[in-house]
Amino acid sequence: MKTREELQEIREAAKKQLDPHPKAGAKIRVVVGMATCGIAAGARPVLDTLMREVARHHLDDVVVTQTGCVGVCRLEPIVEVYAPGQEKVTYVKMTAKRAARVVAEHLINKNVVARYTIGAAD
Amino acid sequence: MELYSAHILVCTCEKCAERKSLQVYQEIQRQLKEKGLEQRVAVMKTEAAASCDSGPVVLIYPEGTAYVQVKPADVTQMLEEHVMGGRVVERLLHKAHPDESAVTSLDEMQFFKHQKRIALRNCGIINPESIDEYLGADGYTALTRILTEQTPPQEIIDCIKGSGLRGRGGAGFSTGMKWQFAADAPSEDGVKYVCCNADEGDPGAFMDRSVLEGDPHTILEAMTIAGYAIGASQGYIYIRAEYPVAVKRLQHAIEQARDYGLIGENILGSGFTFQLELRLGAGAFVCGEETALLVSIEGKRGEPRSRPPFPAVKGLNQRPTLLNNVETYANITWILNHGAQAFATIGTERSKGTKVFALGGKIVNTGLVEIPMGTTLRTIVEDIGGGVPNGKKFKAAQTGGPSGGCIPASLIDTPIDYDNLVEIGSMMGSGGLIVMDEDNCMVDIAKFFLDFVVDESCGKCTPCRIGTKRLYDLLDKITRGEGEMEDLDTIEELCYHLKSSALCALGQSAPNPVLSTLTHFRDEYEAHILEKHCPAGICKSLVNFWIVEEKCKGCGLCAKNCPVEAISGKLREPYSIDTQVCIKCGLCESQCRFNAVVRA
Repeated sequence: MKTREELQEIREAAKKQLDPHPKAGAKIRVVVGMATCGIAAGARPVLDTLMREVARHHLDDVVVTQTGCVGVCRLEPIVEVYAPGQEKVTYVKMTAKRAARVVAEHLINKNVVARYTIGAAD
Repeated sequence: MELYSAHILVCTCEKCAERKSLQVYQEIQRQLKEKGLEQRVAVMKTEAAASCDSGPVVLIYPEGTAYVQVKPADVTQMLEEHVMGGRVVERLLHKAHPDESAVTSLDEMQFFKHQKRIALRNCGIINPESIDEYLGADGYTALTRILTEQTPPQEIIDCIKGSGLRGRGGAGFSTGMKWQFAADAPSEDGVKYVCCNADEGDPGAFMDRSVLEGDPHTILEAMTIAGYAIGASQGYIYIRAEYPVAVKRLQHAIEQARDYGLIGENILGSGFTFQLELRLGAGAFVCGEETALLVSIEGKRGEPRSRPPFPAVKGLNQRPTLLNNVETYANITWILNHGAQAFATIGTERSKGTKVFALGGKIVNTGLVEIPMGTTLRTIVEDIGGGVPNGKKFKAAQTGGPSGGCIPASLIDTPIDYDNLVEIGSMMGSGGLIVMDEDNCMVDIAKFFLDFVVDESCGKCTPCRIGTKRLYDLLDKITRGEGEMEDLDTIEELCYHLKSSALCALGQSAPNPVLSTLTHFRDEYEAHILEKHCPAGICKSLVNFWIVEEKCKGCGLCAKNCPVEAISGKLREPYSIDTQVCIKCGLCESQCRFNAVVRA
């Protein structure tokens, strides 16, 4: 049971976390589409790989989490990266191998892997 | 000094060298000598310092053409076409680096431009298994405000009424009115119920599943508010067991909300109590019908009963019950937070707000879209959906599943709302939108939906149990090429009786796919009957496969793959199909590399 004040505190903290344009110093949010469409397309190993690689490289400023269906079921599994000072990047048709590459190239070296992004699809 | 007509510069920087640019350099030298061009064309090593990410890079002057990813094997073409022939080799040209112009995020896509997300506002953004993130997305603010200020229930109902929200399950009854009826209905012992219809059964529809999987808390919050508004303290979500992920997330969400004291006894110390439970359905289509759904929650066989009394007066356990669809509930908190007016400004005169559609079938962007009411079908199919793939022509769109109908290409500019769809013989339905191209046979489509309804009819009332079966038989007869013109009259009469006498919406709406295709594609029915011909080439009995002699190269691939050995011939001579033996599986057609196998 939470009081109204406690709920408000949680709300404020979560709001900062969910900011689509994270402020400097905020953590990088990596979000995997884990609705039925995403899972069917193979999102589970993608999520697992992201978590494992992020832990292995001790990337303390990265949070890997899940979300529902964003609507583009055709391009699942979808991974979106919200990083401070950067536009959101949408990776599509991800695989475990691609996920590992995104961790190395994007999260560590800060280079967007353009050919996995939604603009390069099809 | 020698005068060269061309200079070829090969980049030998580290990156290009790693990709064998030196071999390219040597190959160019070798071939120039071979062709006797060494006096006219100079080749030299350089560092291009650009585009080397897609190296090896080769620059040719005087034109200054930059070729990328050049392999030693490409040298012959490059020299013969460019240096000797003066033509640029398109396939080796450097294209703008994807980093510079590419769309890297979803929001910039055409797909989202025409959308307005209310029911799906949190889907794909928050973590559905975290109540904290839902709170962060302004979740439970409406509930907190209502309970803190002790807003009079009538005020909430008036707000919903004022928004003009109509039931998103398909029929489009005013949600505010429904709430009003349930609130006004007397209950002897004071017990009322709030239920959620999450028994999404239309083939090709998955809107409710996505909302439940992506944003379960919004349903819980809306149901709790509904409970407060009509005076109920118990709620049930009836969801099909075929949605395991949605069931798990709902269960998890209910536990979290209970932990936080947002569901249960004495919510936020306001004295208001609301309990919520899940009830799993076994997947019967008829249980999506409201009266059948309620008896199924009671633990009885899921069969509809006649209305009135409506569930709002006598529903679950004979008590007043409010039953809304998932998507309807998903709009509630947005309306309460933004005001009825904000919602009412979106949409058309009689259909307010947005509607979620599940795009499927012959369309590029299969997926989930939410558009303001009144958007035309053309915008949905062409702009958001990306059109029909493989250069085929759009023929029709089917909305409303087995209860809806087909919208032909001639009506593609119809603004989509409840009333317009009914007017053209379809209905909104829950929101499945199946796109069909020229390869779809409309008689076959009607038969498909009838087959579904025959399977799913509960059998309680005669018109539906026998009528749908008879209707199916007639359609089957036509697709077998045995139909007569009188059959069309029989079909129309049968549809009329079915519509007017079936017990529930399942039977009453079952003729819709038949009637709408008969109205808009009567010529196809007539082709099946009069010419014994299926224009789309789908109905097996009316189709024959044969091999066009001029196109056949005699490779024998079709004969090799034919499961019944209906194809014979000699290698390198045209093959032929024995139509007596052929089972019309179409394997030969898909295997032939020369498009020599045709059907008609």
